[in-house]
Amino acid sequence: MSINYLLKNLKDASGKRIELAISNGRFVEVKDAAPDSEIIDGKGLTAIPGLVDLHTHLREPGKEDAETVLSGSKAAAAGGFTAISAMPNTNPIADTAGVVEQVFRLGISHGICDVFPIGAVTLGQQGKILSEMGAMRSSEAKVRIFSDDGHCVWDSLVMRRALEYVKAFDGVIAQHAQDPRLTHGSQMNEGEVSAALGLKGWPAAAEESIIARDLLLNEHVGSRLHICHLTTIGGVELIRWAKKRGIQVTAEVTPHHLLLTDELARSYDPLYKVNPPLRTERDVMALREGVVDGTIDVIATDHAPHPAEDKDCEWAAAAFGMIGLETALSVSYKALVESGLMRFEDLVERMSGAPARIGRYEGHGSLAIGNEANFTLVDTATNWRVETPEIRSKSKNSPYLGLELPVTVRHTYLRGKEVFSQ
Amino acid sequence: MSIVLDQAEIARALKRIAHEIIERNKGVSNLVIIGIPTRGSFLAARLTKILSSLEGVEINSGYLDTTMYRDDLRNSAPRSLGRTEIPLSGVHDRDVVLVDDVLFSGRTIRAALDALSEHGRPKTVQLAVLIDRGHRELPIRADYVGKNLPTNRNERVQVCLSEIDDLDQVKIEGRA
Amino acid sequence: MNRHLLSIADLSKEEAVNLLDTAAELARVTETPVKKLPTLRGRTIVNLFFEDSTRTRISFEAAAKRLSADVINFSAKGSSLSKGESLKDTALTLQAMGADGVVIRHPASGAAHRLASQKWMSGCVINAGDGTHEHPTQALLDAFTIRENLKEPSGDLAGLNVAIVGDVLHSRVARSNVLLLQKLGAIVTLIAPPTLLPVAVNTWGCNVKYDFDSDLNSFDVVMMLRVQRERMEDAFFPSEREYARRYGLNAARLSLLNSRCIVMHPGPMNRGLEISADSADSDKSVIVDQVKNGVAVRMAALYLLLGGE
Repeated sequence: MSINYLLKNLKDASGKRIELAISNGRFVEVKDAAPDSEIIDGKGLTAIPGLVDLHTHLREPGKEDAETVLSGSKAAAAGGFTAISAMPNTNPIADTAGVVEQVFRLGISHGICDVFPIGAVTLGQQGKILSEMGAMRSSEAKVRIFSDDGHCVWDSLVMRRALEYVKAFDGVIAQHAQDPRLTHGSQMNEGEVSAALGLKGWPAAAEESIIARDLLLNEHVGSRLHICHLTTIGGVELIRWAKKRGIQVTAEVTPHHLLLTDELARSYDPLYKVNPPLRTERDVMALREGVVDGTIDVIATDHAPHPAEDKDCEWAAAAFGMIGLETALSVSYKALVESGLMRFEDLVERMSGAPARIGRYEGHGSLAIGNEANFTLVDTATNWRVETPEIRSKSKNSPYLGLELPVTVRHTYLRGKEVFSQ
Repeated sequence: MSIVLDQAEIARALKRIAHEIIERNKGVSNLVIIGIPTRGSFLAARLTKILSSLEGVEINSGYLDTTMYRDDLRNSAPRSLGRTEIPLSGVHDRDVVLVDDVLFSGRTIRAALDALSEHGRPKTVQLAVLIDRGHRELPIRADYVGKNLPTNRNERVQVCLSEIDDLDQVKIEGRA
Repeated sequence: MNRHLLSIADLSKEEAVNLLDTAAELARVTETPVKKLPTLRGRTIVNLFFEDSTRTRISFEAAAKRLSADVINFSAKGSSLSKGESLKDTALTLQAMGADGVVIRHPASGAAHRLASQKWMSGCVINAGDGTHEHPTQALLDAFTIRENLKEPSGDLAGLNVAIVGDVLHSRVARSNVLLLQKLGAIVTLIAPPTLLPVAVNTWGCNVKYDFDSDLNSFDVVMMLRVQRERMEDAFFPSEREYARRYGLNAARLSLLNSRCIVMHPGPMNRGLEISADSADSDKSVIVDQVKNGVAVRMAALYLLLGGE
């Protein structure tokens, strides 16, 4: 049985005073609050719809020492997320209904956060043969988003077919834009810093050329294209151009690409090694502008857990990726709201409403009456410090360790049930 | 700060040492004068000049840097190296006079003896210093002393020579 | 000086000149019958080589031994980038063995930085070449050789024109030399096909040319870089023959160099590719001096890093 609440003295993201009534796991009008409702004083707290991540790596099945659906769900709840999207690059790869259903059921059984599996576009993420996307769509997991993330769908013909094929069931192809030939062995952004450090460069053009191609392909076939983790000025300009032209596309950016630059690689600390790589200050500014003007629809974490031994080594030997679920809101707030570029309610829209719509994650992304009570209470006045022992993710590869960040998540609720509290 | 020796006194001291060296060695024919950088080298050059003008012959002389032989290197940041130049005559079977500005703990001289032995086996090794300020930490004594100067450990004896400093002078600093 | 020698960027001009002066004095001393100095007696230096380089290892070994250090050679080739914590585990082993200094050669750029910046071990670290990043002692011995041949035995390299020719993109020797020679006042010109230059080479502050033949007589130093034959397969240049024709130092180009110009190469040479035999063996060549000076320069580096507290 579920508990009924009446939360008073809250503010919403725009700062307006609100009250929230929750009954049977859904938002109800305050006047309709159940008489037995527990009354909670939310003084100092801001209520936002639960955050929705379109880009999460959970490592289960296959690499449970780095992350599991359970540990990832706990990290997500601690970061204010009520829905996350599990990327298919597990072992085995999520390219069949069986694997996506397994991940989906694990999420349900833990009940901490909704876990929506993303299916692989191609068999084994090899880029050659389309996976059975229809079967994954029809499965219990109801997969909507397909991606070979970690790999680019490089073959133009395969990409065209994938885009066309998912039109049958309102699917989305989420592209990891990276020309593999131009980035063979690449370690970091190609530019002044890579030249000085002698680390193999990763040209912006390797990302932008794929984005440009896919935009043109989608203009031709009229499907739903989502570009994962934009990192460059050129990428933002291409999306802006495409949207103006009426091409159906959505785009995401990660919190780390909104805050960090390739200068950090000068330490040779592989905590800053990530795919796609950290770019320059100018790119960071263009990405922020893209989020502000709506060119970039969503902020997604690309939460990529790795065990210590995969980072405690030489740069070239280290794995790509950084964790981000627990810091996403704070880092994005620092980059966009604290810097005065954006209102908090608009940031929440990019991290909750917009991704819920792209993923068709019903019940998420809104505090509307009748909606599932998936929401988060945050304290925007209190900073916190990122410390290893406090990290819920199984892996500790955060680039923000030791850093003080704004906005503390206090409580997260999934369908009216408190799944995180501090 | 007080001045211990002025220019004239330094010149007089060196001249006296030169006479003592000649007397002790019964001439200069087997002598090699070796200065210890930095200021010992300049004193050795001056001494060599006095000796050759007194005796009317060329005197073999050179420099010997002791830095790499010191036993107290690890107590401070690495020092820059001084110059080492052993005369062509070598030091083997010679009467070598080591020259330094101040004799204090004796550690520089110990290092110099080690360094010197790498270049050969002298017949004798003698030591000439401008100032002996005491506080020896090793069983080493000078054969020729310009001035004995009783000091406290925390005082600083500074030898200035016109070759690199502006004037000839020995002063003592930090005396209460 | 810093506690480690990882990159030329960490040295000030004064520190670099002092190191060269120290090397000059040590070169003089070691030319006399004195072959060994007691300076580093009781200190342990480990040559940690994850990559084959007999000449660099021998040079460091000779330098350490002439300073009376105990030398341990640790060849870890093969285990380098294999998996996980090899560098860390090796460092922990060295720490347990009480290494005072580690000379590291590694195929990964930044490996020496990692060794120095993690708390795996407490000894000082000397970078003997990390991937395509830097090779600081090579640049120092090159600067030493240039100074010895073309300048006063002390001071900097002000006003000298130095050409560095070849695969700059993948060269740790070029990176260290660009930093050091410019720090010492030389004017550096990089000459290479555009494919073998970093895209951001314009931020390095040196001249860049694609043509080896123009103004050949303006150079005081021509430093040839080794070209790895396997680069051809990655489409960096069409053929060995074309490379040798356009960027090799052959007899014709050698004859156009000015009379005082010296020819350098960090070795090992691909005779007939980047340098012809007659260039390598000409009286302009100081390639043998480079090898000889390597020992004195490495002695100076070891002394300045390990000689003090």
